Amino acid sequence: MKYLNFSLSLLLTALTFYCLDTKFGSIPPIGKFLNPYTGVWQNETDETISGSVYIDGLLDKVNVHYDAQLIPHLFAKNETDLYKAQGYITAKHRLWQMEFQTYAAAGRLSEIIGEAALNYDRQERRQGMGFGAEQAIEKMKEDPETLAYIEAYADGVNSYINQLQPKDFPVEYKLLDYRPEPWTVKKTALLLMYMTKDLAGFDSDLEYTNALRMFGKERFDLLYPDFYEINDPVIPKDTDWSFIDVPMTETPVSKFPLDTIASTLDKPHPDNGSNNWAISGQKSYSGNPILANDPHLGLNLPSIWFVMQLSTPNHNSFGATLPGALGVVSGFNNHISWGETNATRDVLDWYKIEFKDKNRKQYKYDGQWKDVRLRVEEIKIKGKASFIDSVRYTHHGPVSYDKEFKGNDELAGYAMKWSGHIGGNNQKTFLELNKGKNYDDYVKALKHYTAPAQNFIFASGEGDIALWVQGKLPNKWKGQGKFLMDGSNPRHDWQSFIPQSFNAHTKNPERGFVSSANQHPVDKSYPFYVFNDGYEPYRNRVINNFFNSKDTFDIQDFKDLHNNNYNLKAAELLPYIYKTMDVSALTNEELTILNEIKKWNFNNNIDELGPSIWSIWWATLYTTVWDEYEVDNVALKAPFSFQTIHLLKTKGDDAFMNIVATPETETAKDLFLISFKKAVKSLMDWKVENGSYNWNDYKSTYVGHLLQALPAFSRFNVTIGGGANIVNATSKNHGPSWRMIVEMTSPPTALGIYPGGQSGNPGSKYYDNFIDDWAAGNYHSLHFLQSDTKTDAIIATQTLISN
Amino acid sequence: MNIKTLNFLVTLVLAIVFSFFLPWWSIMLAAFITAVLLSIRGVAVFFIPFVAIFVFWVSYSFILSNTNDFTLAKKIAILLPLDGNAYLLLIITGIVGGLAGGVAGIFGKQCKALIKK
Repeated sequence: MKYLNFSLSLLLTALTFYCLDTKFGSIPPIGKFLNPYTGVWQNETDETISGSVYIDGLLDKVNVHYDAQLIPHLFAKNETDLYKAQGYITAKHRLWQMEFQTYAAAGRLSEIIGEAALNYDRQERRQGMGFGAEQAIEKMKEDPETLAYIEAYADGVNSYINQLQPKDFPVEYKLLDYRPEPWTVKKTALLLMYMTKDLAGFDSDLEYTNALRMFGKERFDLLYPDFYEINDPVIPKDTDWSFIDVPMTETPVSKFPLDTIASTLDKPHPDNGSNNWAISGQKSYSGNPILANDPHLGLNLPSIWFVMQLSTPNHNSFGATLPGALGVVSGFNNHISWGETNATRDVLDWYKIEFKDKNRKQYKYDGQWKDVRLRVEEIKIKGKASFIDSVRYTHHGPVSYDKEFKGNDELAGYAMKWSGHIGGNNQKTFLELNKGKNYDDYVKALKHYTAPAQNFIFASGEGDIALWVQGKLPNKWKGQGKFLMDGSNPRHDWQSFIPQSFNAHTKNPERGFVSSANQHPVDKSYPFYVFNDGYEPYRNRVINNFFNSKDTFDIQDFKDLHNNNYNLKAAELLPYIYKTMDVSALTNEELTILNEIKKWNFNNNIDELGPSIWSIWWATLYTTVWDEYEVDNVALKAPFSFQTIHLLKTKGDDAFMNIVATPETETAKDLFLISFKKAVKSLMDWKVENGSYNWNDYKSTYVGHLLQALPAFSRFNVTIGGGANIVNATSKNHGPSWRMIVEMTSPPTALGIYPGGQSGNPGSKYYDNFIDDWAAGNYHSLHFLQSDTKTDAIIATQTLISN
Repeated sequence: MNIKTLNFLVTLVLAIVFSFFLPWWSIMLAAFITAVLLSIRGVAVFFIPFVAIFVFWVSYSFILSNTNDFTLAKKIAILLPLDGNAYLLLIITGIVGGLAGGVAGIFGKQCKALIKK
């Protein structure tokens, strides 16, 4: 009996231990997770921001002054200490996020999440994210100074990690039951690849190939023109390009492989983009140039940005940093200010690869067989055996699509050519901008920058304003890279790059301002080939019209423009619809809705009904126009909104307007009515379920935690207007991820805010404390300390001391 | 002192001491050792360590969370999901710890029985 009792109690104890110490699905190991001395209760605190901390290998002490926003102001005696301290302090507030993002970039999420992330990880591997990071490291090694700083940063992060006990791990580690691993130079390179993919990983070549095959060249050109009819480019139209004296790449006479492609890799969010603008002293109320930047990215917690001041006796910079990368990315120092928007250039192309035989060890190139290089990709999966998904590399790049991935031809595949694989010392650009003193320093800093191509805006205390479209950009022949190309034809390869000094740029243009909002970089007069692969044609015009509208501008004007909700897209179509749509067949309910939207003045403000009606109506109209694109097993990208609206207004009786499934022949006018009726029905269904459809409720903006918007750690129903294609680009879960305004006084006076908070800990009051002010269009004054002394703005100081 | 009270106090003290250097399961060790050293009878074998660990985990969690306005506890109570109720999370925490302690107490008692013959 007692043996039985003993055995039973032993079994019960073992079972209890096992159940409380093991993660089941998404439920964390509950004993580990909930106990008060190592579990989640230990995270119920703000970070310590006073006292002294010992860090290995510091040369001198570093003072970290915190202001009321938990913005750290770092004062180091030398650059190496500065970047070590940046690594340490960033990790202290954002460790989980910075590591998670590098896992995501490397295609390693399955290691921490399990099999659910396998498909995602395979895509990352097949796009050569790790390969690109390794290429970047090779480039950085050519510059020992930068490499030494990146190593110092890694040492700083690791000093922090090494001080942690399991009880101190950020809450996400406890939730997913894993622990931080050492930070490396490669992780910084991976973080930069993460940004490169987000911003320069977009292409539609394979979708365009399908469209070309289905519709023919003439129809394709109508649907996807290189330039829209209206173009207000980044670099002003009157720019003189006569200094460009190199021959353009000649277009080869050859054929594109017109394959049918069933599905393609996931793409970055199409709204990833930004605004920036700067006005000269003449346009400024104070005579000082003023610069603004707001990068539009997914609205996430912890935020993609971490704001810091980074100071040594040689330089003093302030602004938004990317956790994992060094220096300030969008910000200012005592002499200059800078910011970026995405240049959206086509730097990602696809080549059809023909393998010699089923071994796939060689591929055809220039009439010969060339060896492929096999890169073994082992994807570790939590709780399962590893998945091996090795990728074949050609001289173009990785063969992303083959019989193992989205393809079925044993002897063929599609190889990716991408500027993200070239390798570049992008980090150096930011380090030099942080120290820059004038226009020449800015231009010099940009020369190192490869990808993702950006519109770098600039203003200086000396009074210069400028904008360079910078990246390593292929010098393409006309039409190159729009469609799948022939991987065996050397003339289909990228032949050369645009010489850096010929990248489109403008300095102190006559109009007195520079701006960019992801629109076309240039007009047709720029000699190098640039085609429209998703340029944004609305925000730029609202911005430029604003700066052309009067003589001088002040800070309030800048704030107003950031928060401008004017919906130019709706304003360009709705009046035409009101004029042409036949309203005789509308029901009373439909007439009511029509009158509601007719009263709308095209501002996407929170209390308006118009934006909600427009939003559903436009979405319905768009899919009704492009019903020809609803084809099974063919990857397609319907034409852009701007061209769709252009065709609706100018070619209303084109065959594309016809709805294929109906016996009648529809024209644009009919589609307006059909889509309106459908939209009203959807809207009324929505209303029954959710109540008022004012824009705020209908859009219901949220800022989601990086773990798929885990509700517990996310913020929902944020009160803010705006929308896609609007200067205030806040859509449901995407928008201005950092807003900055800098006036080039001496020293500069700056405002900044972002939809998040400085702490990455959901248990901290600093986790999401900026969100409501951000949504209301408010800003924080950025306290730009001029010396290593506490001011009234400083709430606490922590000193980092060498061991 | 009543043996039950003593058992309760020893479990509590050992659990607190162990928590400084051992992982979460140290409460099981504390309850086990106490059960071997201080034999009690009946349902108390389970409930005394249960209550001791429950009190320890709930009060320590409360102290940590209360000073931070239950900011994180409310979020974890959405995650688990407990409708955002931080007090419910406290009770669940106590039950989890108590259960582990109680079971270890039974095991300790049975071990003792085995050794004693």
